Amino acid sequence: MNLSWMAWTKETATFFISIFIILVIMTIWAIKRPETPRVGILRIETTRGDRLFLSLLGSAFICIAWLGFFGAPIYGGLVVCFFYALAVFRWV
Amino acid sequence: MNKTVNQKAWFLVLPVFLLVAFSAVIPLMTVINYSVQDTFGNNVFSWVGLDWFEEIIHSQRMHESLGRQAMLTTIILLIEVPFGIFIALNMPKKGFWASFCLVVIALPLLIPWNVVGTIWQIFGRKDIGLLGHTLASMGIEYNYAQDVLSAWITIIVMDVWHWTSLIVLLCYAGLQSIPDAYYQAAKIDQASRWSVFRYIELPKMSGVLLIAILLRFMDSFMIYSEPFVLTGGGPGNSTTFLSIDLVNMALGQFDLGPASAYSLMYFLVVLLVSWVFFTVMTSIDKKGAV
Repeated sequence: MNLSWMAWTKETATFFISIFIILVIMTIWAIKRPETPRVGILRIETTRGDRLFLSLLGSAFICIAWLGFFGAPIYGGLVVCFFYALAVFRWV
Repeated sequence: MNKTVNQKAWFLVLPVFLLVAFSAVIPLMTVINYSVQDTFGNNVFSWVGLDWFEEIIHSQRMHESLGRQAMLTTIILLIEVPFGIFIALNMPKKGFWASFCLVVIALPLLIPWNVVGTIWQIFGRKDIGLLGHTLASMGIEYNYAQDVLSAWITIIVMDVWHWTSLIVLLCYAGLQSIPDAYYQAAKIDQASRWSVFRYIELPKMSGVLLIAILLRFMDSFMIYSEPFVLTGGGPGNSTTFLSIDLVNMALGQFDLGPASAYSLMYFLVVLLVSWVFFTVMTSIDKKGAV
């Protein structure tokens, strides 16, 4: 199968593989330790999957904001994303 | 009672999963791949990192389109929501005229976007259009192809004509579900018309109204066909909204890299609003179930 039209790069492939691995880990985690949804500071019921989604979506916005204010590289932005994701998993 | 755990039903989702993978996930992956590279065609790509994102974030052109888009969406919501509620409140509640009004009001919703654009494009023409000709004979300067104000007014009126019905229908459904007892209680208390609206009808309508507002926000934020057919983004760039600008960049100029970065940022906003929409809807469902 020729995938050259998709213009793959090492970096984007790593990005997708890491997201895929996170999804697999979350699935295994959900099977091993089923959970009940909880209500956090947003006052909505969230599961781990919801919190992952919020972490990823929020991280995308944080990275774009970092690019807008400070420009590339975005390592600093990624650190912020990491703490943001921790906060989402802890409190949302 | 212990339920039997049977997860085999998940396999029934497999066809949809494959379909979505081919129609959404793979194209999205490709767009992400394009957004970090530059190409001059022929499937030859070179790595540029996050340059396109940086360029688009600071691009005057994107800011202007976003501004126009925000202005259009705000104006449309400010007109359509109160107008829709007003019509819903004044519609007959039962009998022949209720059905008649519902059918007439639903008609614009059945017309495809590009046809709506064509209808208004002809309607507004000075030579053969009823609106354009009438305005011209009254001595009013109106030309949506050359005058910015005319173009904007036409697009807004067109959208109000096309989509207010959606808000009317949703609000009407919300109003119909209010039991008579509430109105009787209000009558006993000698509540004014405004109080009935403020304390009975509006709270009872709030769920469907929220859905209507979110739907209209999303639709108007992604508007493409109607203004494209009507004005093609002109005069100048005055009605070039986000999606029109994006298509110009991707297909008109063939700037795949910047256009991909542009579309990803656009996509993130839409994704965020969709998530809010989904969360609100499911929480309303849960409240309704209790």
